[in-house]
Parts: sequence; structure tokens; C-alpha cells
Amino acid sequence: MLSIKNLKVEIQGKEILKGINLEARAGEVHAIMGPNGTGKSTLASVIAGREVFDVTGGKIIYKGKNLFDLSVEARACEGIFLGFQYPVEIPGVSLVNFMKTALNEQRKYKGLDPIPAKEFLQKMEQTKKLLEMQTSLTTRSVNEGFSGGEKKKNEIFQLAMLEPTLAILDETDSGLDIDALRVVASGVNKLRTENNTFIVITHYQRLLEYIVPDFVHVLFDGRIVKSGGRELAIELEEKGYEWIRQHT
Amino acid sequence: MEKDQNNILEEITQQDYKYGFYTDIEMDIFPKGLNEDTIRMISDRKNEPEFMLDFRLKAFRKWQEMTEPQWAHIKYKSIDYQDIIYYAAPKKKKTLSNLDEIDPELIETFNKLGISLEEQKRLTGVAVDAVIDSISVKTTFSATLAKLGIIFCSFSDAVQNHPDLIQQYMASVVPINDNFFAALNSAVFSDGSFCYVPKGVRCPLELSTYFRINAANTGQFERTLIIADEGSYVSYMEGCTAPMRDENQLHAAIVEIVAMKDAEVKYSTVQNWYPGNKKGEGGIFNFVTKRGICKGNNSKISWTQVETGSAITWKYPSVVLMGDNSIGEFYSVAVTNHYQQADTGTKMIHLGKNTRSTIISKGISAGHSNNSYRGLVKMIKRAENARNFTQCDSLLLGDKCGAHTFPYIHNENKSSIVEHEATTSKISEDQLFYCKQRGIDSENAVGLIVNGYAREVLKHLPLEFAIEAQKLLAISLEGSVG
Ligand SMILES: Nc1ncnc2c1ncn2[C@@H]1O[C@H](COP(=O)(O)OP(=O)(O)OP(=O)(O)O)[C@@H](O)[C@H]1O
Ligand SMILES: [Mg+2]
Repeated sequence: MLSIKNLKVEIQGKEILKGINLEARAGEVHAIMGPNGTGKSTLASVIAGREVFDVTGGKIIYKGKNLFDLSVEARACEGIFLGFQYPVEIPGVSLVNFMKTALNEQRKYKGLDPIPAKEFLQKMEQTKKLLEMQTSLTTRSVNEGFSGGEKKKNEIFQLAMLEPTLAILDETDSGLDIDALRVVASGVNKLRTENNTFIVITHYQRLLEYIVPDFVHVLFDGRIVKSGGRELAIELEEKGYEWIRQHT
Repeated sequence: MEKDQNNILEEITQQDYKYGFYTDIEMDIFPKGLNEDTIRMISDRKNEPEFMLDFRLKAFRKWQEMTEPQWAHIKYKSIDYQDIIYYAAPKKKKTLSNLDEIDPELIETFNKLGISLEEQKRLTGVAVDAVIDSISVKTTFSATLAKLGIIFCSFSDAVQNHPDLIQQYMASVVPINDNFFAALNSAVFSDGSFCYVPKGVRCPLELSTYFRINAANTGQFERTLIIADEGSYVSYMEGCTAPMRDENQLHAAIVEIVAMKDAEVKYSTVQNWYPGNKKGEGGIFNFVTKRGICKGNNSKISWTQVETGSAITWKYPSVVLMGDNSIGEFYSVAVTNHYQQADTGTKMIHLGKNTRSTIISKGISAGHSNNSYRGLVKMIKRAENARNFTQCDSLLLGDKCGAHTFPYIHNENKSSIVEHEATTSKISEDQLFYCKQRGIDSENAVGLIVNGYAREVLKHLPLEFAIEAQKLLAISLEGSVG
């Protein structure tokens, strides 16, 4: 599914990712943890194709394709989804309209006709139910005036609507209350299949109690310094990053 | 990255004008130039009563004493008024049975523009008056409307058939010497639309006028007069396009609206005159005077405009709030691209008590264009408890364009309240990335964001127009991301 080889990334001359290696296969869930400012969001953005970052080395292969040959929107249409750490507001554009546009653009890319209105509305209703989302949210402008938690939930709503094959969730858990966290996690679990891959970026092992990862990676100062199973997250929480620092 | 966005912007803004074709029809065209004889000839061609000729000549004499206004934030080569053709009309073919027979070429033209002159399209619920160059070629649904006592016809027909109404109301809102362009229009106007809605009647159809400049070197000077009698309601739409030409063409129109007690008039415009090419050559000079008067108590006039066309737009649809409790509204989206210049806004003149006005203006500038909002809110001493709310937003796409706001407020009244809010923003890289990450390409993303930005205004358009306007907004900015 995804193969990252020795990825090096700079912004404004400052090196942020210093040689990342990561292999993720279909059906797997990978968790990425690590202190603030170590490059987790940067990694997610680069996979999604954000232009502000300069890739200075390495490559990313996704479904056999060199990602650097694809535009941001083409990557999205190929099934890459990024759940943003800080979702942006788009005033005046209703979430329904936004989702319909996105879904149809992705269908167009695949040579499909636009989704029939009825089918779309049904899908939306089901998804809202799945995430126990307030019905009024979809008629409001994208993220405008949404609470922190609503914004995060909305990211998962979009994920469920678009059904990507590679979903990267950047701190989707921060800002969610305990109940919302459970709802969102169970939503994600329902969306898990053997054909898709999740990369979950988080600071808290609590999320990983719900979304159980196959692998946990620790990103530290631009490198993945430690990888392990579920238990690594628990160990991290107990010992803190100082423990990593001493062992690298 | 910054460069990248400007590239996209450039691509989007390279879109071609889709209404730029020219129709080859036989025309009755006057020689260039303007003097009293020209005016007599116009009046004569139209077989006008004496009072019309007098009106025109009076206006012409005033106009000669006036000078072109210089205060707007626009720059252009001065107009040579002797180098313009003041009358061009499609020649009526000698017809077989039906005198109203229109040149099929003309029908074809309007079909291309997506306007049906055939009454078969009843379902659309829109009555159309089509004005090509100087002449109204066809008004649809007149008979249906007549049953309700609504008069909807060309201005020329109204002069012939309803001279009393014309004499009573023409220039009652925009006096002939109101401004340079209004005086010019009053002298040479050729045709336009006329509408009278009688007491207590709610007009069941959207009335619509479609203006098309076709002939070269011609000025278009149309005149619209709408009278809504006590307790009546009418919604009126105006659309306009023109062929692509290298030279500039002048359009100087007048729209007057009178709303009597308890009456309501909604006037919507989607202005898409040819804006000129990417280098700023050609395009329509659009100098328009639009004004309504809320004459009676509790009356309401609301202007909604989507301005995407013209090389130059100079236009301030205004409301004089004379009746107590009357309401004036102005909702505007003005888009400028390439080298387009727009100086547009409104005047809300509060004369009556408890009068209220709302101004929502959204300027969107791209390319090398300049986009200005100019608005006046005036409240006289008598206008107790008057209220105005103004919101004036500018969106910049790219870094070579300009946005300006010139709000003027004259409040002579302690009990009145004027609120003004203004913002300037750019489409952020974050917003674009967010859209693109969901699979929406830059072009569609800009269309989406701009339409969202303009939604507050677009929602006031009649449905038929709203869809057209949304597409138009996306097209006129295709590629422009800043
Ligand atoms: N647009 C930018 N301009 C300048 N520096 C940036 C930019 N984006 C990220 N950085 C820097 O890159 C580094 C990594 O940031 P990143 O957002 O990837 O961290 P993170 O691991 O996601 O942190 P957190 O846990 O706080 O979300 C930080 O030092 C940050 O300041
Ligand atoms: Mg982060």
C-alpha cells in the first residue's frame, strides 16, 4: 500500500524529516507518536502533497505509483485521505455541497457518473448516524463555527463519505470528549477492511485502546527511532519521551 | 508556491468570453455623431409624441453643459461622443402574415444566449423583454400579464400606448440632469422596458429584460421604468451580454423604480457585458444610473447585482427611502479580472421615519483589476430611528489586483444608527489545500470558495438567475487563486 523510503523534507531551509522509512500494508493500522514539533504533521502533509514543503530526498510509493508524480487532488482521488489536525473553515460553502463536489470529483477521476442525489443523501444520513452527528451540521458552512470536537468529527464524517484506501488521521482524538472519542473510534473500526490502511497520529495511548494498531512508531527529531506493537504505546505513556531520548 | 498559485490564477483567468459572437442581421443604422438632428431623427424613427422630443432636447441641452464625472476610481481613454452611433435597430423583415415576426437570426442569437423568446416555455415562469442594440425586439407573456392589469412592454410601446404613465413617472426618480450619463441617456435613449403593476397585484411571473449589444461602434442607451402601485409586488431580472470587439463600446442606461405604499420591488441583475481581453483591450464601458424610490409608507426596494462583465463598471443602484418604515436593500457581488475596473456601490437616502437599509457588498478582484466599493448612507433630520447596516467585503486573488472601499456616511439624526463592517481577505493556501485534499482541483476549489464567499448575496437572486450567476462566478475566475 504505502512505502516510504529515506524521505527527507525541508521547510525554508530547515530540515524537518531526516530520512523516514515506513512500510504499511493493506489492512494494517499504524500509529505514529512523538513529541511536539518532531514532524508528524509534516509527514502527513507530504504524503498528501502539500507544496510548502521541499522534498530533498527519498521517495514515497503508493499502490505502486510514485506519489511525487501526482497532484494533491489526484492523490486524493487515488484514495489518500488526510484528517487534518487543524481543519479549515470555508465560509458560505455548506458541508453537503462540499461533500457532493468532492465525491463527484473523485468519481469523475475514476470515470464514474455523478452520484444520484438520492443515493448521496442516503449515504450522508447513514454516515451521520454512524458518527452520531447533529443533523444540522451538514447544512452549515464547512467547519465554520464548529466546536473543536465537531471539527474533528467532521473529518471522520468526510472520511466515511469518501471511503479512502489510505487514511491518515492527524490527532483526530485531541479535542474530542470521552463519548465522542468512542463514537469516532468505533466509526473508524467499522470502516476498517482488509483493503485499507490507517495511519493514526496521536499523543495519547487512550485512542489506541479503541483503535488497536498493528504497529506503533515513535517519530523523534525527524526520524522513526523506535517501532513496535501496541505495547510500545503503553510503555511510552509510562516512561515518557525522556526514555526515548536516552535510548537513541 | 506563491508562484504556483499565481500560475493557477493566470490559467483560470485566461477563460474565454463565451457570448462573444456577432449576429449578422440587417440593421437600420444612423451615422456616427450626436447633435440635435440626431435626436430629432431618433424621435422621428420612433414616431414619438411631442413631449418625448421636448424631453430629449431638454436633456441634450443640459448634457452639453455638463462634464464627465472624474471622481470614480477608474481610468480610461476619454470617450469621443461624436464617434459613436446612437441608433442601430434590427430592420424588420417584410413579413407575411405576422407583423411581429422576428428575424430568425435574432431568435437564434437569443437561443444561443439561452433565452427563449417563444412563449412555449411557459413552465419557466419568466416573461422576457429582449433588447438588442437599441430596440426591444420582443416581449413575451404580455397578454397573460395584461389579464392581471400588469403592463409589461418595451419602453417605446409604453410611450405610444401609456403616455400618461410615462409623463408622470419618467425622470421622476432620475432627473434628466442627475449626472452626465443620465442626461446623455435621457437625450438619446432608444428603448428599454416598461412595467406597471396595479394596486394589490402580485406579479406571478419573474419579469426579465435581456440586453444585447450587437452592432459595432454603437452605444446602447436603454431605459427601464418600473412602477409598483400600492400593495403590489414584482420581481424583475436583467441580463446582458455583448460580442467581443477590440474597441470599447459605451453603455449608459437608466433604471427607475417607483414603489408606492406597501409595494415591493426586487430588481436583480446579472451583468456580463464583454469585459475586454486579457490585455485590457476592448470591452464595454458601463455607466449606469439605477435608482428607486420608496414613495409610500412600508414600501420596499431591493437591488441584487452580480457584476462580472464590462471593462469599466460605474454603477450605484440606490434607494430613496421617502415613505415611513420603508426598506432599501443592496446586495452586490462584483468580480473583476484581467484589467477590468469596477467602481460600484449604492446610495441609501433615508428621508422617512423608521426607514431601514441593508448593504452587503462583496468585491472579488483578480488579475490586474481594480475593484472599488463606493457607498453613501444619508439620514436627514426627519428620518427618526433610521437604521443602516453595511457590510463590505473584499476578496483578493493574486497580488496584482486592487480593492478599495469608499464609504460615506451623513447622519443628521441622533436617533439613527449606522453600522459599518469591512473586511479584506484572500483565499488562503490552507483552504485550497483542504479542498484539493478532498479531490477538488484548484479551479473548482476557487469556484467553490468564491461562491461560498458570495453566498449571502446570491441567495437573494431568483432561482433561475442564481444558478446562472454561480456558473458565471466560477467561469469569470477560473484559475484565479491567490
Ligand atoms: N509552514 C511552516 N513554516 C515553518 N515551519 C514549519 C511549517 N510547518 C511546520 N514547521 C515546523 O516543522 C516542525 C515540525 O512540525 P509538525 O507540525 O510536523 O510537528 P508535529 O510533530 O505534527 O507536532 P505536534 O505534535 O505539535 O502537532 C516544527 O518545528 C514546525 O515549527
Ligand atoms: Mg501535528
